[in-house]
Amino acid sequence: MQENKPEKISATDLKEKCRWIRSETLKIHKIAPGIRVASALSCVEILVALHYGNILQFNPEKPYDEERDRFIISKAHGSVSYYPILADLGYFPKDQLAKVGKSGSILGDIPDNSIPGYETINGSLGHGVGVACGLALALKAKGNNRSVYVLLGDGELNEGSVWEAIMFASHHKLDNLVLIIDNNKICMLDYCSKIINLEPIEDKFSCFGWEYFSVDGHDIEKLHAALAEASCLHAGKPKVVIANTIKGKGVPKLEGDSLCHIRALKPEEIDALTGENHP
Amino acid sequence: MKPEVMRDILIEEIYQRMKGNDKIFFLSADFGSPALDQLREDFPDRFINVGIAEQNLISVAAGLGLEGYTVFAYAIAPFLTMRSFEQIRISLALMAQTREVNVNLIGVGAGLSYDVTGPTHHCLEDIALMRLLPNVSVVSPSDASFMSDIATYAISNNKPCYIRLDGKALPRLYPPENQPLFNDGFSSLRRGKKICLVSTGYMTHVALQVADALSKEGCLVGLVDLFLLKDLNTSKLKSELSTYDILVSMEEGFIWRGGLDSLVASLTLSSKTPKPVYPLGFNDAYIFEVGDRKHLHEVAGLSVDRIIEQIKTLDGQ
Amino acid sequence: MAETSRINILANKSAELRLSVLEMVAAAKKGHIGGAYSCLDILVTLYYGGILRYDPADPFWPLRDRFILSKGHSGSALFAVLADLGFFDSSELARYCCNGSILGGHPDRKVPGIEADTGSLGHGLGIGAGMALAAKMDGADYRVFVLVGDGECNEGSVWEALVFAASHQLSNLTLIVDRNRQCVLDFTEDCAPLDPLGERLASFGWEVEEVDGHSFQELLTAFEPKPSSARPRAIVANTIKGKGVSFMEKVLKWHHSVPNAEELVIARAELAAKMPAQ
Repeated sequence: MQENKPEKISATDLKEKCRWIRSETLKIHKIAPGIRVASALSCVEILVALHYGNILQFNPEKPYDEERDRFIISKAHGSVSYYPILADLGYFPKDQLAKVGKSGSILGDIPDNSIPGYETINGSLGHGVGVACGLALALKAKGNNRSVYVLLGDGELNEGSVWEAIMFASHHKLDNLVLIIDNNKICMLDYCSKIINLEPIEDKFSCFGWEYFSVDGHDIEKLHAALAEASCLHAGKPKVVIANTIKGKGVPKLEGDSLCHIRALKPEEIDALTGENHP
Repeated sequence: MKPEVMRDILIEEIYQRMKGNDKIFFLSADFGSPALDQLREDFPDRFINVGIAEQNLISVAAGLGLEGYTVFAYAIAPFLTMRSFEQIRISLALMAQTREVNVNLIGVGAGLSYDVTGPTHHCLEDIALMRLLPNVSVVSPSDASFMSDIATYAISNNKPCYIRLDGKALPRLYPPENQPLFNDGFSSLRRGKKICLVSTGYMTHVALQVADALSKEGCLVGLVDLFLLKDLNTSKLKSELSTYDILVSMEEGFIWRGGLDSLVASLTLSSKTPKPVYPLGFNDAYIFEVGDRKHLHEVAGLSVDRIIEQIKTLDGQ
Repeated sequence: MAETSRINILANKSAELRLSVLEMVAAAKKGHIGGAYSCLDILVTLYYGGILRYDPADPFWPLRDRFILSKGHSGSALFAVLADLGFFDSSELARYCCNGSILGGHPDRKVPGIEADTGSLGHGLGIGAGMALAAKMDGADYRVFVLVGDGECNEGSVWEALVFAASHQLSNLTLIVDRNRQCVLDFTEDCAPLDPLGERLASFGWEVEEVDGHSFQELLTAFEPKPSSARPRAIVANTIKGKGVSFMEKVLKWHHSVPNAEELVIARAELAAKMPAQ
């Protein structure tokens, strides 16, 4: 397997990556107005810390390399910000980014696993954790010491299937499983707490037998530290990193808007944010 | 030969294969069988009772399948297929189009197997639902003689498969020397002239009684037992059915809702000489009547005598 | 009525109904006797302890309290209660699971006194939450009780309903968990563990109380309305599967085994010994 992991890069570099990815995500939004942009912006630091911060092991030359860490994006709708990362890492050519949502493109508004780099097909919520349990169990059975990571939306915790998997994981002592919750606190129509209040999430995971880490999901250094600690901990318990984030992070118009999930930005608003000129 | 419960024979077959193949997992949603006890004892690491959680049963099976394991996921048929339909759709059917995922669902309690247990346990929709899913094959055997073939098929097929099994003990229809070719997907149990009964699972046993009773009265009807409801040899079946004038489908399912009748109709409609299909099954309502299978069939007009009357009417037309 | 005599009445009724269930299962050669026995004292407390409001002559009386047996496989126990109370003729019990009877293996709404068609697990609490919400919307003061099995709590749908009920402050909803620690194949903690169940329910926003599910005193106290709370209440009733017949207690196969002739004699004798002297 090639030594694909980027050199350990500094916090400044990680921040610069985040800035670049937000900008690329907004550019994609300009050509694909239907993407869930606010949801894609809240998880940028998580994706960056995992892929550029030496947390995940992966191989763009061989996406299903046996020695990779498995990474499932269960909140697939909010992961268009993963496209620029995959292109940057070499999973597909960067020019694909200009074709998101176009007829014949490999990249749709909601990703699927025909895109190199996506492990599974998601898009309907509540499936990722259960599948990850199966992967984690299989890795243990094979004696493979790689780990399984799942990125989940907080609203997704409303799905009972997620709790079935949460109970399963602790009983089977899947300490090679790391769940990362993009806790942006807003579902499609409102603040989660006003619809179905799951807070405090930490208590729930604790009494369901999980190790939990709670962290500011936009503080790249703290987030990276929490992910690194969670990755290294193998104490017979599955692990969850609750990343407290802001939906629409980086776009003042979206941040704190309870309906930001379904908001689209106008082309000129995007240009103003990315510093490009309106054509 | 005394009647056998198909799940016991199938589990025994899987158990034998697990002995020589350490890449097979068996998952259950807290559902048992006498034959399962030995399997659990000998393979404690590869048998998992996921608890009463059918959705998670499928998701975990999918994860294991993606990592190269062959998985059998076992539960009561209506719960397996209907409660976790979306898990099957997304993590098995959709996934199987881009990645290999060899997960085989064993649903026990096809049709009215759980007769007196009531409508939550009746399973009248599963054929329509499962055969709707691309990349999933559907197996619906009528007796235990198929179990070895099914185990081989499921393990070697490398894609999702739904195996619907009757819950009751049933006698064998096929002696060992006359075992049909599994991959054809059907077998002609009786040859007739004008009318051909096409049935699956338990209803093949009813159809056989009908055909034999009619033959004593000089009315020879054909009988085709369909056991692969997807990925069967359709051209061979079309040719078999083309020799008849009227096709009668017999299933424990709702009529004209995508089940066996629809399968037979679509086959004949796409042939050179389409034949009328007369569907026998349940009308568009759930069954709240309490009773054993025979009683429920009588109430629904599916008793052997009633079917014979209907066939005679068709024959006289 | 003195408290002790009230509890004696419940204990006697419970012994009598255990015998009814045994005869039903023995005659039908079908039924899930273990779970019926673990929840029978709970049912007796609800129906005979002055907790539930109901009218056997008018099963769908709008102001009745709603009781949903989400673990529908314990239907035999509820049928015995409803027949005894006159919801339908007691002679129907002898036809349990017979052709043409109204009483099948699981409860459905054609049986007077049954609120929901159960039999597939994990549906009752969500339905109960909807009924409790309806009561609030209508300004009606009826209460909703849902009895679930502990193994049933492995269904994710139960947790969806739990968090819904807490979010909507359904204080008129009471969940009772028949915590007999067994499912079909295993003891719950060996296959899909639930402990600490009380803490887990509390973490989902419920007021939780743990009681001995065979103590009428504790059950009575737990079921009393607690008007001050804004939260739904969960009562984890620690029970014994097969309670009342020594060879059935805590033995896995009695989830749905049927006693043979010898076992029937022993079971009858054990249950009869608990009946009040004639």
